[in-house]
Amino acid sequence: MLQQIKTAVLITIVLTVLTGIIYPLAITALSQVLFPSQANGSLIVSNGKVIGSELLGQNFAKPEYFHPRPSAAGTGYEATSSGGSNLGPTSPDLSKRLGADAAAFHKDNPQQTGPLPSDLITASASGLDPDISPASARVQIARVAQARGISPQQMESLVGADVQGRQLGILGEPRVNVLKLNLDIDRQYPLKR
Amino acid sequence: MTLNGWLQIALFFGLILACTKPMGLFMTTVMEGRKNWLTRALSPLERFLYRICGIDSTVEQRWTQYAVSLLMFSLVSALLLYLMQRMQQMLPFNPQHFGAMTPDLSFNNAASFVTNTNWQAYTPEATMSYLVQMTGLTMHNFASAAAGLGIALALVRGFARQSADTIGNFWVDLIRATLYILLPLSIVGALFLCSQGVIQNLHPYTVATTLEGAKQTIGQGPVASQEAIKMIGTNGGGFFNANSAHPFENPTPLTNFVEMFFIFLIPAGLTYTFGKMIRDMRQGWALFAAMSVLFLAGVVTAYHFEQSGTPLLARNGIELAATDAQSGGNMEGKETRFGIANSALFATATTDASCGAVNAMHDSFTPLGGLVPLFNIELGEVVFGGVGAGLYGMLMFAILAVFIAGLMVGRTPEYLGKKIEQKEVKMAMLALLVLASSILLFSGTTSVIQFAKNSYWNAPGPAIASLTNSGPHGLSEILYAYTSATGNNGSAFAGLNANTPWFNITIGLAALVGRFLMIIPLLAVAGSLAKKRQVPVSAGTFPTHGPLFVSLLVGVVVIVGALTFFPALSLGPIVEHLLM
Repeated sequence: MLQQIKTAVLITIVLTVLTGIIYPLAITALSQVLFPSQANGSLIVSNGKVIGSELLGQNFAKPEYFHPRPSAAGTGYEATSSGGSNLGPTSPDLSKRLGADAAAFHKDNPQQTGPLPSDLITASASGLDPDISPASARVQIARVAQARGISPQQMESLVGADVQGRQLGILGEPRVNVLKLNLDIDRQYPLKR
Repeated sequence: MTLNGWLQIALFFGLILACTKPMGLFMTTVMEGRKNWLTRALSPLERFLYRICGIDSTVEQRWTQYAVSLLMFSLVSALLLYLMQRMQQMLPFNPQHFGAMTPDLSFNNAASFVTNTNWQAYTPEATMSYLVQMTGLTMHNFASAAAGLGIALALVRGFARQSADTIGNFWVDLIRATLYILLPLSIVGALFLCSQGVIQNLHPYTVATTLEGAKQTIGQGPVASQEAIKMIGTNGGGFFNANSAHPFENPTPLTNFVEMFFIFLIPAGLTYTFGKMIRDMRQGWALFAAMSVLFLAGVVTAYHFEQSGTPLLARNGIELAATDAQSGGNMEGKETRFGIANSALFATATTDASCGAVNAMHDSFTPLGGLVPLFNIELGEVVFGGVGAGLYGMLMFAILAVFIAGLMVGRTPEYLGKKIEQKEVKMAMLALLVLASSILLFSGTTSVIQFAKNSYWNAPGPAIASLTNSGPHGLSEILYAYTSATGNNGSAFAGLNANTPWFNITIGLAALVGRFLMIIPLLAVAGSLAKKRQVPVSAGTFPTHGPLFVSLLVGVVVIVGALTFFPALSLGPIVEHLLM
């Protein structure tokens, strides 16, 4: 028995060093050399300032930007408290939230009368979903184009260029990265101040 | 449901099928200590580890010694994790200066990680230092998976050997599984994940100024190294609260595909290893077939109900049919890049196995879509299952299946040439009953137990005050928690706020019960089987490699699960579906 305890202690130390220290540090060193941008969070830097990560969604509320999905992460897109709403399909709270968000969408986008894309007013699992579906981008085109003073057709072609298809042609779903789209819009059609 | 969705599911299953044989062959050579393509590189390290730990790799253990070694190792390594969590504020690699974790939470987490459960009652990115994530959680991810693999192999040795006293050496199994199987896969996996955008650094969190001028604090850390073993070892504990839904853990559809592939890779391969070791490949494929039937049934059900959506979504004008430009269905708690098909597939795979990573929030699934992961765990996670745990769980059911078949025809049951007698059946039943009682007794107690508001045990008041959802869905949250803990899964109906002493302690206990009170009876079975002689095949032998046995096995798994849990499930998800 004593021998068993001694072996257990030694092997715990050995495995901790091997798999808990050497392995993660070696992967850190390798990935910092091989994939420095990805390893550090795919950060987007503009004028020396970090404006976000291309993988993480952020809040947009102004009419001149495309809006992301509702977020249950903290007060919305708080990247240190990721998570979903965890509201079930019969939850009165979910019912209230969906009703309010649908009404708000129709108020901001009076041109839209059709059904809502399924991701538009539902909260994502991470609360940090960087994407919306192409349909959710299209239903916002009229609003953003108007706010920017450009034609819906100009905006349509910009959105079209930012649609990412399925990966390798088969995996996942088509999507639009909201932060990248909004950066492209700022670049092409800056707001007149 | 779309053609593309079905194609992705078919691609996933096809790849698992294709990798079962090569993975199984490789694992056989490793666990039998034979030469393989990594031997030259790793055997000096292997011998070095034996030497410094004082292990004689040529000496084997009886089942009792094997069990004691497992328990000692689990106890020591869990204590170390507990202490690190309690003292993390004094240790390095803590750039966010997180304080000590509470005693009950530290107990819960140590119990959870040592049992391969990886239930997490806290938000890791706001609670745990990089050091504890690496040396505590990552290490346990390796060790608990390697231990599970060893136990499965010990049970298989019991079937394969005759008149033997020993079933292998726990320490040797532990080191070989870690060194040859888990580490190489994890290194490749981690680098691949990083190339797709999974982060891997030791920096403090980054503060960004968003396009609209708000502040966003971006979590950092050594994620890729943990993510790889989290999936390969069917652990499932996330670096971030949102787990594999978080873009830093699972940034692209391709990483999602690979992560799902990792969940099933070793468990599926083990069915082949099993066939190889007992020298009858048909027996391994029979288990594979039974698992596949249950897997496909789960995916189809979950996919169907998640795509169908809910009346609540329809009432709010949401499009439920999939089109080329949007996923349709129930997207609450799901990520755009994964859509419905990949969320349903992931939820099924992660609960078929005892993984418990999630890429969508099960709590927000439709009632019957969410029933799939819950019922999968209640079936004992024998559909490919956890690393090792799936195989020994399915072998437990195989013993019951031949016992039932034996009762029907009035013959002493045999499995793989070994007579299945009183001791084996008793032990298999014990393992089964322990699981069911842990789930139902803890869930039942929690549903009714009362605490005063601001009490130590549960500050919100009665245990049910910790629920996000009320009514039948609230019961589902409780049932899921204890099912997940006992099944060593670790996924959650995460609306349950489980970070209170009542939940931390009971859920931690459920995890320990579910792991060790299942393993010890099964090691006893292994010991008893190893002693027996092989019975020659006769005209009266019930063949256990054909469709008849596969159907019987599937039937036993489903019927035992249904009889045990139907009353509880009908008060939770089933009644919620009817009320919806």
